[in-house]
Amino acid sequence: MERDDLIVNESYALNAKHDEAAGKQIRKKLYAVTVLLTVITIIEVFMGVAFKRNGTFAWETIKLTFLVLTLVKAAYIVLIFMHLGDERKNLKYVILLPYAIFIMYLIFIGLYEGVSVQEGHNIFG
Amino acid sequence: MSGQSEHVTKDELWDGNRSPFSVSYGKMMMWFFLVSDALTFSGLLTAYGAIRHGSSDLWPVGEQVFEALPGLHGSYPLMYVALMTFILIISSVTMVLAVEAGHRMDKKGVVKWLGLTIIGGFIFLGSQAWEWSHFIHGSGGGFQVNQAMTVAAADDAGNTYQITLDNGTWVHMTSDFGHKYEHAMEAAEEPVAHDEHGGHGEHAAAEAHEDISTMVPEEIVLNKYTLEHKDGKDLRKLIVKGEDAKKIWAAMEPGSMAFGANMQKNEYAMQQQYANFFFFVTGFHGFHVFSGVLINVIVWLMAIKGVFEKRGHYETIEKIGLYWHFVDLVWVFVFTFFYLI
Repeated sequence: MERDDLIVNESYALNAKHDEAAGKQIRKKLYAVTVLLTVITIIEVFMGVAFKRNGTFAWETIKLTFLVLTLVKAAYIVLIFMHLGDERKNLKYVILLPYAIFIMYLIFIGLYEGVSVQEGHNIFG
Repeated sequence: MSGQSEHVTKDELWDGNRSPFSVSYGKMMMWFFLVSDALTFSGLLTAYGAIRHGSSDLWPVGEQVFEALPGLHGSYPLMYVALMTFILIISSVTMVLAVEAGHRMDKKGVVKWLGLTIIGGFIFLGSQAWEWSHFIHGSGGGFQVNQAMTVAAADDAGNTYQITLDNGTWVHMTSDFGHKYEHAMEAAEEPVAHDEHGGHGEHAAAEAHEDISTMVPEEIVLNKYTLEHKDGKDLRKLIVKGEDAKKIWAAMEPGSMAFGANMQKNEYAMQQQYANFFFFVTGFHGFHVFSGVLINVIVWLMAIKGVFEKRGHYETIEKIGLYWHFVDLVWVFVFTFFYLI
C-alpha cells in the first residue's frame, strides 16, 4: 500500500538532505549551542549554591534570573535542537500559541490560588 | 528543515495535495503529542508551585537536601544534579548530531551518535536511581517537638544564637546518630518476627544494637533542610549540643519521627507533598527517559540493519530526536523548580 505520509515534496523534512560542507556549518552551530547551554547550567548551579534565600529583593531578582535563564535554555533547545526555528511560520504558531495561552492562564490561576491559601493560613492560623 | 526558504502562494499551500506545514504526517503528530505532553508536565509543575505557595510551613531548600555525591562524605550542594543535567544536555547534543548525520545519509554517523545518546540515557537513569535511593534513605531523620522552648545553637562559623522553637517545630538528628538510632529501632522490632523462625537472629540483633530507650543524641540539627531568618541573617544547619539537645530529645512528639522519605512522611519537611511531588514529577520524567531510551534502542537497531538506508531517508531519527529533546527540555524546568528555586 502506498503510504500517504510520504508525499514527495522538496521542502519536506524527510527530503531535507545536505552535503558535507553544509553539515560542517550546522555542526559548528550545534557545538556553539552546546557550549552556551553548559555555561548557562554552570551559572545556574553557581547561583543556586552561592545566593542565600532570604526573602529580600535581591533573592527575588535571583529567582527571576533563574526563570529567564531557564527560558533561554528552553528556547535554544526548541528552536535549534528540535529545529522548530527552521520550520514554517504556521507550524511554529500552531505549536507555540495554544500552549502559551493555556499555560499562562494555568500558571496565573494556580499561583493566585496558592498565594490565597497562604494568606488564609496567615489570617486564620 | 528548509521550510523557511520555500516560496509558495497561499493557494498552493492550502489547496491540498501537500502538507501546509511542509512536514510529514508523522512528524506533525509527534509535535502535537509533545504539545499535549508539555501541557501535562506544565500542569504538574504548576500544581507544585500552587502547593508550595500555599504551604504554611517552611519549604525545604534544594541545595540543602541534595548535597551528596556517591561514595563521598561531606557537602557538595547541587553537584550531583548538575552532573545529571549536564549528561542529559550532552545526550541531547549527540541526538541532534545523529539527526544531522541522517540528513547526510551517513549511516555510520547515525549509529555512532545514536549509540552515544543511548549510553547517556542509561547514565542519566542510573543517576536518578541513585538520587531517589539517597532521597528515600535520607540522612539522619527528624522529629517534631511537642513544646515550645529556647535553646542555644551554633552555626559553622562558631556564632551562637538563642533560638526559640515553637510547639511542632521539625528538628533533625545528625546522620551518624540518626542511622544508628534507625537500625536500633528496626532491631527492637525484629525479635517478634524472629520468634516465628526459632529466634535465631534475636541475640545477634540485641548485641549489635544499643537499647533505643537509653540512646540520647549529643547533637541536634536545626534548619537542616530549611531556612530561617534572624536579624536579617539566614540561619542554616545550626547545631544544638549538650543539655539543650537532651531537652529537645525529651520533648519529642511520639510517633512523629521520620527517616528519609516515603509517600506518607519525609524527614525533609513537615508537608508530605514535598516528597510526593518530588517522586511524582521526577518519576514521571524518569519514565519518559526510560521509554525514550527503549525507543532509541529500537531505532538504533533498525539503523544498524540498514532499514533507513533502504527507505531513502532518516526521518525516523528526527521524530525520536524530537521526543528525546523534549525529555531534556522538561528536565531543564524540573531542575529549576525542584533544585534551584
